[in-house]
Amino acid sequence: MTEPITWTCTGCALLCEDILVYIKDNRIEKVEHACLKGKARVYGCKHAATSTVDQKEVDVNNAISQAAEILEKAKNPLLYGWSNSTSEAQVAGIELAQTLGACIDSTSSFCQGITINEIINGNVPSCTLEDVREKADVLIYWGADPMSSHPRHLSRYSYFPRGELRQRGYEEDRTAICIDVTQSRTAKISKDMFFCIPPGGDAEFMRALMDGLAGRVPKLSFDFDIKRILELAAVLKKAEFGVIFAGLGLVYSIKEEFDLISEFMSTLNRFSNFFLIPMAGHFNMRGFNHNLHEETGYIHRVGFTKNGPVSGVEYSVVEQLKHGADAVLVVGSDPLASLPLSISRRLKDIPLILVDPCSNLSTRVADVTIPCGVSGIEVGGTATRLDGKKMDISPLIQGDGLSDEMIVRRIIEEVS
Amino acid sequence: MAFAVALLSRTKQYTECPPLMEEDKYIDSRQKLEIILKPMEGAEETGLIIHEELCSGCGNCVVACPVNVANDPHGSGRGFGPTNEKVIFRVENGKVKAANIEECRRFGKDRILCRACIDPCPTEAIEFV
Repeated sequence: MTEPITWTCTGCALLCEDILVYIKDNRIEKVEHACLKGKARVYGCKHAATSTVDQKEVDVNNAISQAAEILEKAKNPLLYGWSNSTSEAQVAGIELAQTLGACIDSTSSFCQGITINEIINGNVPSCTLEDVREKADVLIYWGADPMSSHPRHLSRYSYFPRGELRQRGYEEDRTAICIDVTQSRTAKISKDMFFCIPPGGDAEFMRALMDGLAGRVPKLSFDFDIKRILELAAVLKKAEFGVIFAGLGLVYSIKEEFDLISEFMSTLNRFSNFFLIPMAGHFNMRGFNHNLHEETGYIHRVGFTKNGPVSGVEYSVVEQLKHGADAVLVVGSDPLASLPLSISRRLKDIPLILVDPCSNLSTRVADVTIPCGVSGIEVGGTATRLDGKKMDISPLIQGDGLSDEMIVRRIIEEVS
Repeated sequence: MAFAVALLSRTKQYTECPPLMEEDKYIDSRQKLEIILKPMEGAEETGLIIHEELCSGCGNCVVACPVNVANDPHGSGRGFGPTNEKVIFRVENGKVKAANIEECRRFGKDRILCRACIDPCPTEAIEFV
């Protein structure tokens, strides 16, 4: 057996950097320590994308030129995706949006963007996953099921490992709490600290907890044992280092009154010491938010106008696809599979350019498809973990395709 | 009764019971036993069975197993992948694998009914029979 290479996994936003990969003759033979998601990422696409124009195979240079022509002609192009790309490709994408005067948005627009915005702007305290491992004693998985979405979350960082201040790990030093609408895999780990709430009941439960923390009797419109809320409030008060892992369940439930999150964190921190970490999914979703924020001061939904960059819901991928965009460049995402049909339907009416390593549902209808190397496997660079830590990503094998950064840079050259 | 206990502790096989194997009136009982004991096929000496089709490779068992922690405190004990060959559990190609089974707390004469790898498994991929 060949000597293994230590690799940083790009299967999800945990970016586990302890993965061992055995490679022989530029082929992956075995991967150790990675979960199933990581393993699937290492072994790459089942069906690689090919370069096409109007669904006919062409040379990649022709596909790039055609993409540049479509974007140049468009009055209101949209650049979307980016969460599966390295930060270098994302920065190039922002540059292309500036050059074209386009709208740019990522999957964070309907994911954890709203939470990351609060953290970047300092409204909600956050910490690193290393802090969690070394110090955290109370862990709340709220509307999140990391055992399904980030399989190594509990074993690598949050619940099971021994930490500097948590030498007895999960057995005595840590408490896992799960608040969710269903008994998820994470809820099973939390055992009697699983709090099952009705769909949409997160805000009410949060207010009830705040009442419990303040010593008032909580009131709820749904059937729930008040004694359990008071017991939970007591656990939270005693926490030395608490962390809330906010999942999409929580974000979607309270997005209309998101200020409640910062109010809840402030209330908690009057009694103890709590931090919040968003459960970003794609490996570099948070990276896009940070990179765009550095360039424009906004984390997503940005339009580059004559007066400079502006942000608003009208520049979001959803609104732009409903009415607005007259050409779309998608990098590292499958909009037909991930967006509701009512929104993605319009992609058949406007030119769609897809940059992706794999053949997927969207490549079947794209006007132009440009294959790229898989980020983190054939293409290296940097990425930002779900807690905001920047990580280096090394390529594992030599690929045939261009990187997504190189493709975007080539488009910039042609439209400039 | 003694034979039943020996059967459960896997020191004897049901095929070692002559009446069960030879007399026609025990055919039904033999078939029932075959079904009951089927899951024990392929089990390790401790009775450990890993259902690979259920495993998601999360590594909870790798980090929770007290033997893994004792033999690899700075690797498995801290949440990393194992750093030596003395551990029982490790994840390979997205599935957990067991080795060094003689180190397991359930092994040998002074065994205890440790459940440290079963309880943290969210998919019930680990079982002792």
